[in-house]
Amino acid sequence: MGGLQKKKFERGSATNYITRNRARKKLQLSLPDFRRLCILKGIYPHEPKHKKKVNKGSTAPRTFYLLKDIRFLLHEPIVGKFREYKIFVRKLKKAYGKTEWSAVERLRENKPTYKLDHIIKERYPTFIDALRDIDDALCMCFLFSTFARTGKCHVQTIQLCRRLTVEWMNYVIASRSLRKVFLSIKGIYYQAEVMGQLITWVVPYQFSHDHPVDVDYRVMATFTELYTTLLGFVSFRLYSSLNLVYPPKLDSNGESEPKEESEDDYAMNSESYLEKLSALSASLARVVSSADEEEAQLDQFPSEGEDMEKMEAREKELKQQEAQKKLFEGLKFYLNREVPRESLAFVIRCFGGQVSWDKSVCIGSTYDVTDETITHQIIDRPSVGKQYINRYYIQPQWLYDCVNAKILLPVEDYFLGVTLPPHLSPFVEEKEGDYVPPEKLKMMALQRGEKPGNEQEEDEEEEEEEGEQEEEEEQEEDDNGDEEDDEEEVAEEKNLKKMEEQRSQGKSLHVKVTPGKLKVENKARLEQEEKAEEKRLAIMMMKKKEKYLYDKIMFGKKRKVREVRTLPLR
Amino acid sequence: MKKAGGKTALKRSKEEDEEQNQIFNFNRKPADEDKDDDLSDSEDSVYSGLEDSGSDSEEEEGSDDDEEEGSDDDEEEGSDDNDDKMKEKKEGEVSEEKKKHEYEHDSSDEEDIRNTVGNIPMEWYKDFPHIGYNLDGKKIYKPIRNKDELDDFLDKMENPEYWRTVHDKQTGSDVVLSDDQVELVNRLQRGQFGDVNFNECEPMVEFFSSDVMIHPVTNRPADKRSFIPSLTEKEKVSKLVHAIKMGWIKPRRVEDDGRGRYYNLWASEDSSILARHKMHLPAPKIPLPGHHESYNPPPEYLFTDEERALWEQQDPADRKLPFVPRKYSSLRQVPAFSQFIHERFERCLDLYLCPRQRKMRVNVNPEDLIPQLPKPKDLQPFPTTRSLVYRGHSGLVRSISVSPSGQWLASGSDDGSVRFWEVCSSRCMKTVQVGGAVKSVAWNPNPSVCLLAVALDSVVLILSPSLADKQVILSSERLLSAQQEGEEPAEGNGSVVWSEAEGEELNQGLRLKIQHPKAVHQVVWHAKGDYLASVMPDNTSHLQVYIHQLSRRRSQNPFSRNKGLVQCISFHPIRPYFFVATQRSIRIYNLVKQEMTKKLQTNSKWISSMAVHPGGDHVICGSYDCKLSWFDLDLSTKPYKMLRHHKKAVRGVAYHRLYPLFASASDDGSVIVCHGTVYNDLLQNPLIVPVKVLRGHVMTHDLGVLDVTFHPTQPWVFSSGADATICLFT
Repeated sequence: MGGLQKKKFERGSATNYITRNRARKKLQLSLPDFRRLCILKGIYPHEPKHKKKVNKGSTAPRTFYLLKDIRFLLHEPIVGKFREYKIFVRKLKKAYGKTEWSAVERLRENKPTYKLDHIIKERYPTFIDALRDIDDALCMCFLFSTFARTGKCHVQTIQLCRRLTVEWMNYVIASRSLRKVFLSIKGIYYQAEVMGQLITWVVPYQFSHDHPVDVDYRVMATFTELYTTLLGFVSFRLYSSLNLVYPPKLDSNGESEPKEESEDDYAMNSESYLEKLSALSASLARVVSSADEEEAQLDQFPSEGEDMEKMEAREKELKQQEAQKKLFEGLKFYLNREVPRESLAFVIRCFGGQVSWDKSVCIGSTYDVTDETITHQIIDRPSVGKQYINRYYIQPQWLYDCVNAKILLPVEDYFLGVTLPPHLSPFVEEKEGDYVPPEKLKMMALQRGEKPGNEQEEDEEEEEEEGEQEEEEEQEEDDNGDEEDDEEEVAEEKNLKKMEEQRSQGKSLHVKVTPGKLKVENKARLEQEEKAEEKRLAIMMMKKKEKYLYDKIMFGKKRKVREVRTLPLR
Repeated sequence: MKKAGGKTALKRSKEEDEEQNQIFNFNRKPADEDKDDDLSDSEDSVYSGLEDSGSDSEEEEGSDDDEEEGSDDDEEEGSDDNDDKMKEKKEGEVSEEKKKHEYEHDSSDEEDIRNTVGNIPMEWYKDFPHIGYNLDGKKIYKPIRNKDELDDFLDKMENPEYWRTVHDKQTGSDVVLSDDQVELVNRLQRGQFGDVNFNECEPMVEFFSSDVMIHPVTNRPADKRSFIPSLTEKEKVSKLVHAIKMGWIKPRRVEDDGRGRYYNLWASEDSSILARHKMHLPAPKIPLPGHHESYNPPPEYLFTDEERALWEQQDPADRKLPFVPRKYSSLRQVPAFSQFIHERFERCLDLYLCPRQRKMRVNVNPEDLIPQLPKPKDLQPFPTTRSLVYRGHSGLVRSISVSPSGQWLASGSDDGSVRFWEVCSSRCMKTVQVGGAVKSVAWNPNPSVCLLAVALDSVVLILSPSLADKQVILSSERLLSAQQEGEEPAEGNGSVVWSEAEGEELNQGLRLKIQHPKAVHQVVWHAKGDYLASVMPDNTSHLQVYIHQLSRRRSQNPFSRNKGLVQCISFHPIRPYFFVATQRSIRIYNLVKQEMTKKLQTNSKWISSMAVHPGGDHVICGSYDCKLSWFDLDLSTKPYKMLRHHKKAVRGVAYHRLYPLFASASDDGSVIVCHGTVYNDLLQNPLIVPVKVLRGHVMTHDLGVLDVTFHPTQPWVFSSGADATICLFT
């Protein structure tokens, strides 16, 4: 064997990865800058398959980046901006130290800024990519827009976040794309379907935050910086797709225009405009005023068999969706002051309802409490003083449950002071064998158009389920079947022994023929047993690895079954 | 003051009002100290001032009394210079002549002019009748002290001026303060100016106001430079202009209001996907909330007390839910979620810190994992049910053996007996008491003889149970007697002694005794029935295995070296091979060539038993670590298959002579019968299928089944257990 000895770690996976420190050195960046760059560019560590090989034989825990990624970062113009900013900070400090205020002012004016447009374009080459990743952006912006101006982040950031979230909500209203709402203990989850993408975001309840100390707000701010840019571009695109003006403008000739008088209460025009927008009560101005949208009719294609079924299912779904979009159409809501106005107004407007509130709560109320045409008043207090006869006084959960059920639920369960039915998560889709809460069954029955009165069917369903469970139980018991048989045998033997003893003890052998019992052979059961045994024997022959996996899967399944069984017993 | 002075002259008492006393003491203390310690200028000046004022009053009153003046002095000791001056002023107003006197008396030295002793502690004069000297050098006598406590008290009670009477130490006299003086003291106590007429809040005269005055403040004429254009300014301006021209100074940036910041970024969607995007793993979305997270969940989703306690005990990483489900009766009662920012932050960290890896989720149908094996039904015949139980032993049955004809079963037990059973009827035909726990029994495989080898303690017994045709019995007797004819086994290495059985033992069927040096654990026959091998496990010596030849009554130790603790041995059924299982491996020796041909690695910790396939090419081996390994000798020295189907130690393994069956007995009380087809085609691997789990023994002392053996012709299996029974499964 001739030739040079190959050096270790100079080929293969060792050359594809780079540790974080080395990457940092290569880019000549400080750790915070590197972190920011990674966040903005979406670079994340990779886990090599063979860590020891990549780590040059050491097993020390290190984070690895792909060398390609780091090389790609080398030519990022943002890096230059980071350096400029560093220099700017240094100069500013110096100027402060020398108390040269004019220099400070001059420097401040020329503070280096950067734009993230190209990064957005690069990270999300198509619009759908951007939409797919917008969940986190929405969550973050909604969170930041609720921050108080306490110095945790720049005021401009908070304002920008607020603006973008309002724009987003207005878009969702305009496009009527909200699908599901969920009141959780964390906040309110919304799910919208935008261009075929399901987008979920969570909005915290309207309270001031007590800021935790162990959270690095710089990281969050960097993310927000990226997300606001992303959200802005996405909003622009979405607005233009609906022929809406961007930045959004209120529809001036709409009939539901807020009264002019109320404007005087607010100081600045620009501020009040955003507030009016965020009131979510008015529709938006369009570039091309179209009278009514022509609905895209699904073309009928001649098809057969399965395709037909699929098509029909799709058509049905579409119809249902259309119906859901017009869920609250024709209803007039009035929000009492104790209910979360923004969330409710958003939901009601998303499904075509009309909504108003007390003038003193927020700008943009369109009608008064005394309006006789109000159909529902949303209220969240044990009792109310003066009640109008021709409207329902209901608790806010009704709205959310209606949205999730896609039908108008009976209002009786949600009246004033009534104990509310449980609020279920619309995101849970029960598979076979999962536990379905009874409330969900009831709702499904309502959806199918059954009256809530006949509960027998439900019971039947439940029974069916129970039957299934029993079957499962049986299967489990099969494992113990043999033992049972043995027990039977033992019992028989005991009987025989007894008889023998009696015979030997009693001298007078009273011969007696006891009538034998007919053993009924349950064929099905026998067959089942046989099968179970076969299975058991086959399991014996499994390889170690597969056995492990099999045991794990079965353990999980059994646990699930157990949970399902124990849940309704509580 | 004058008045007061007059009055004081009359009333002098050394007693002092308490309040006043406090004040004066307070005032005096620092003064006293000063007197003691130093005579600094400032202090002097203070005193001088005081003195002046004092002297004023004295002059006014005509200095009738030194003592009175002293008191006056004392009173004002504590007050500021300022006050003194104020007083001066005031007094100045009162009378003009006073000033004259003042200047008369005022001298450069600033001593007390009434008493010339100076600033000394007055107690130095305690014992003298005088307290100092006046300016003329005459003694100043102390006032006549005829007052005692009683007088003092009477004074206190009767004298209405008592509260304003002060004792002057300098002159030793009592001074009654005037109304003005009392007023002054009160004012000072209140922190006000001493002078009543002084106005603290006089209107301020504003010199520099916002009003433009018609006259300039200064009257200076303008400079020349204010008329000529400045050269330096010009220079600076030209520099700036140049810099602007060159583009060094940029105009002020217009603040971007963000209105026009966004545009259609994806206007030209090029479908060219960068190489990076192929490698890109999008971050997984946050899992959607379930019913648990609802503000008003169904009651079954709330925690019970135990679950809650468990949740609190658990490490945050182990918890199933990161929060406790809560129920609120209405929406307005829902509080803020304290961990909201935390969760967002965690998500941020996950996004940029977590290594991403494409993980193929194992979405396996567990049924697919189960190997597809031929159905046991198709592999019949094999034993399925327990049909006979052989009862009679009182100790655990260690070993069983079936006669080559298949009619008789021999069993050796810990109760010291060997029993012979008829297989079909489970009747015990014969019991031989051998006087020791039987370790192993082995029926001679030669069908033409009827002999049984029994191993107990350190003896191997050869029994002739005479349970056969006359012919067979005769032939076996002949075999044994043929040995007798031969000469005495002198060449057997002395450790093994052959001896004949005699007397009673002979009647029982015992024929030969082979005495070993150590305890014998196992005994096996060669297929021909002439040779017999015994095992004496011993880690320290090479004398572990003996091969005996029955016809010549000869014994030999085939191994000269210790290769480990021998567990069991076996003869090859056809060829002259010899299998020796040590603790972890099986060695195969060629008896003809006298060399080791193969060493099988079992990968188990401790071998318990071993069986050789009747074809001779396969070996199974059970071990105490619950494993059963199948070796294909043509394939490899590693096990072809490891079966882990027993829960406890495997005690015995056996092959069927005719059927493709093998069985293993274990401490978990079960016998597992497997189908093991061996093909003649060398390319096809043996097919191993477990076909039946047989249970029939009761666990006693944690031991289950100890030995297992097949019927030579039928697909039946015998098993002996620790519960002193033997079972036949057919």
